[in-house]
Amino acid sequence: MKFAVVVFPGSNCDSDMFYAIQGVLGEEVEYVSHHSSDLSQFDAVLLPGGFSYGDYLRSGAIASVSPIVNAIKDFASEGKPVLGVCNGFQILLEAGLLNGAMKRNHELKFVCDTTPLIVEQSETIFTSEYEQFERIELPIAHAEGNYDCDDETLKDLEAHDQIVFRYADNPNGSKADIAGIVNKEGNVLGMMPHPERAVEEILGTDDGLKLFRSILVNWRETHAITS
Amino acid sequence: MIKVKVYVTLKEGVLDPQGKAIEQALQAKNFQGVRDMRVGKYMEFYLNEDEATDHQIQEMCEQLLANPVIEDYRYETEEVISV
Repeated sequence: MKFAVVVFPGSNCDSDMFYAIQGVLGEEVEYVSHHSSDLSQFDAVLLPGGFSYGDYLRSGAIASVSPIVNAIKDFASEGKPVLGVCNGFQILLEAGLLNGAMKRNHELKFVCDTTPLIVEQSETIFTSEYEQFERIELPIAHAEGNYDCDDETLKDLEAHDQIVFRYADNPNGSKADIAGIVNKEGNVLGMMPHPERAVEEILGTDDGLKLFRSILVNWRETHAITS
Repeated sequence: MIKVKVYVTLKEGVLDPQGKAIEQALQAKNFQGVRDMRVGKYMEFYLNEDEATDHQIQEMCEQLLANPVIEDYRYETEEVISV
């Protein structure tokens, strides 16, 4: 399976993401520039964290109009997996691939911590290796992770089982303790916590590895060689 | 040329903690009457007359300058003599 890690000016979790795939998951991975508009050779796209374009205007706003994002929209419309972590999540929101918006954390502080999460949906292609309602711990590091949407959108997210991760101890004021959501089709996931920073026990927790394993397992199932 | 001034603020129902903190800071300086402080962004730019339609400016605001999920915007235009 071949992963793309998209690099924007100001991305800073791209090499962590690259390492999680190549070094730990053991799959193929390549960096792809934000200038590129071709994702045809990839099976999954990963949008890493960081401060794309210095968070100018709003987090993710400028990145959301770069050439690669149009390619990501096409890629997603084909049902292929797209994962946005932290700034990657903010970019997916700004690009309209996911609903809602990010506000400054309720205490206006950058939070850097390891935080408990509940896996609310274990039936997505990103979480099938987790148990339903499994409690996991992942690192967080953000100043704008306070998820917000109108009540109608929240109802819609809940009705379609789109809330994938919730904070067990809300660190940023997010509506309904939302830490990660998936689109209706189930192939675009955005999350503030960093699974790529939690793929080996030496890092404090390897609770993030199952997320990448889930993507791989589901890809293998749909691409099984029938001979 | 048309000069466009765009003001972006958080929507009324959206808590503005930065505004709250500044309001309290003013009150701490004995400006007791300060209420409902909102912090926003101000942007200005120029457009040719033929491009400065309300439709065009609203599209710019809704597609990029403001995030309609959490922000409101308003704008003013004024004619300027081009240099």
